[in-house]
Amino acid sequence: MKLEGRYIEAPGFIDLHAHLREPGFEESETLATGAHAALHGGFTTVCAMPNTDPAIDTAALVKEVYARAPGWAEGARVWPIASITRGRKGKELADLVELAQAGAVAFSDDGSPVDDARLFRSALEYARSAGRVVIEHPQDLALSAKGVMHEGSVSARLGLPGMPAAAEETAVARDIALARMTGARVHLTHLSTSGSIDLVRRAKADGVSVTCDVTPHHLAMTDEWVAGSRAFAWEVQDEGLRGVPYDSSTKVNPPLRTRADVRALWAGLADGTVDAIATDHAPHASTKKDVEFDQAAFGISGLETAVPLILGGVRAGWASLPTAIAALTTGPARVLGVDPLEGDHVVIDQEAEWVVTPESFFSLGKNTPLMGRSLIGKVDIAVIGSTKRRGGQRVAKAIAGR
Amino acid sequence: MKWTRRHVLDTDDWSRDEIETVLDQTRAMIEILQRPIRRAPPLRGRTVILFFAEASTRTRVSFELAAKALSADVTNITASGSSVEKGESLYDTVRTLQALGGDIVVMRHASSGAPYFVAERTDAAVINAGDGWHAHPTQGILDAYTLRDALGDLDGKRIVIVGDVLHSRVARSDINTLVPLGVRITLSGPPTLMPMAWRCGQPPREVTYEPDLDRAVDGADGVIALRLQRERQESGLLPSLREYSRVWGLTAERVARMRPGAPVMHPGPMNEGIEIDSAVAHGAHSLIETQVTNGVAVRMALLYLLAGSGPAIPVEERA
Repeated sequence: MKLEGRYIEAPGFIDLHAHLREPGFEESETLATGAHAALHGGFTTVCAMPNTDPAIDTAALVKEVYARAPGWAEGARVWPIASITRGRKGKELADLVELAQAGAVAFSDDGSPVDDARLFRSALEYARSAGRVVIEHPQDLALSAKGVMHEGSVSARLGLPGMPAAAEETAVARDIALARMTGARVHLTHLSTSGSIDLVRRAKADGVSVTCDVTPHHLAMTDEWVAGSRAFAWEVQDEGLRGVPYDSSTKVNPPLRTRADVRALWAGLADGTVDAIATDHAPHASTKKDVEFDQAAFGISGLETAVPLILGGVRAGWASLPTAIAALTTGPARVLGVDPLEGDHVVIDQEAEWVVTPESFFSLGKNTPLMGRSLIGKVDIAVIGSTKRRGGQRVAKAIAGR
Repeated sequence: MKWTRRHVLDTDDWSRDEIETVLDQTRAMIEILQRPIRRAPPLRGRTVILFFAEASTRTRVSFELAAKALSADVTNITASGSSVEKGESLYDTVRTLQALGGDIVVMRHASSGAPYFVAERTDAAVINAGDGWHAHPTQGILDAYTLRDALGDLDGKRIVIVGDVLHSRVARSDINTLVPLGVRITLSGPPTLMPMAWRCGQPPREVTYEPDLDRAVDGADGVIALRLQRERQESGLLPSLREYSRVWGLTAERVARMRPGAPVMHPGPMNEGIEIDSAVAHGAHSLIETQVTNGVAVRMALLYLLAGSGPAIPVEERA
């Protein structure tokens, strides 16, 4: 990483967790629009989650994702993640060895945790021999039940069913126990609670091969956002800016948590407990979001706002810039067990102010509570394998002239 | 004070002045209702649309009587209970409401927050007639009116709310309306039917939780029993209705522990013999029927105030 005035030059970012929706849900996103959005957000590599229709659970489908993904001229490099179980149904294992041979970079049933602990154990044993990490979405479905937001004082006030922090933490504890037993690499994605971070910190101290990531929205927003607050966790108050209560763009799983949880995620980043920042980019067509809060789909379109959110926390002093950049580059590379890619790099303008509008997104998913908001920090150039540049011409020239 | 609110979505951010303005207006409406011809002209030429997406005869009829007593034209829209199951989306209904061009939309909906969705997308003023577990503002105000009528100044009074607070929009609106008037609230009921945060250190201002109902009612100035939905037992939140009625049912003995003459209220419809004994429901201290009568006047007061709060800013001209 290099700093040049207002510009940060860094290796290309790797997103461990994005939903690119193709095949099956092309009204929400396609491999092309998703890859384009990723590059726009500074991610030169994006890992595509397999909760598509059909789910990516055969070698042929993994190859199909590679074939359909756009070339580097159009967007980020797309790496498919394959499902752990056939059809993501949590009943029988997919052919994990073949999937790895076909190019699946990891396994995950993201969105649906593997509820059956015995099956999950088998998945870990298999993934270990296939040399791939298992990315688990930790959630006890019985405990989270019909919850639509974090269970706490805000859900009590709004009269919305809550998902308790314990629904995540009990699953994290189970997954750590299974990682310890099998020796397989388990990656816990989008951790959102203080208790989860504590469990991973202790497991790592014990030498368990567990890693984890957090999302930019869980690093920046709290459950008060569901009630209409638009104050970032590091801001004292709203400064007159308020959203409407029950805005479904704030509905995400895991849910936005309390300020104390947000602080714990940053503390985890700072002390190395958290390995990576992953977007959990979850684009949705407006028909899935322009409905009652409890009926709306979960998810935030996050690829193109990750950088300004993270820089906001860094400016507030909640983590150092090198720590944040590492969580976007070497951290995710280590989780996947790959070397950082030579040549990929990005240039970020730390001071550029821009307004989030539907037109400012390459993603088809305009679902973000940041819509209409002015943010600071923008990716100016993203270079993949030294071949393609994007971003502000002025800076492109400056770089070329160096 | 001058009335400035466009909508009645929740009373959680209302000032004491605003609540008292509605209570004073309600008193004037009660006088109209006591006349031989129960009709006044202020809403003549205005259209009130009753949009009840969740079954409720009582509240709908109360609003209908209120609107007609003020000479408004009243139209009913019944919609499917759940937009997703039945195919018509709330978004579609809102477009219809907007096209119909009513002045005031009164809505009941099973999803918490649905009135905010509608208010954002129509030019009409929106009155929340109950949304999910969230709020039932007119019930909160009519309970405040009924209590003030019975007890006088509510400052320093302590009211018990007993039952399924977790799933109760009535409890939330009672809290939000009574606390600004100086009332202290004691909640009682099974721990599984209380919001966790309210039991564990983060209750709303002036609200405490006392699981033992006998202790909760001791010396209280009044009690509001909530309706218990039978499905709470099936979903594992209650061991049995029999046990519930023994531990948290409102009996004559428990009523006798309150201050002499302390009123008993219930938002209806009641499960007599479960959350409230018949003898208590129909006893000397019961104000349950008075609540129903006052409900019409409170709704008239709000319709009147909203109709006078100036023209809407059309949706397309909002920032």
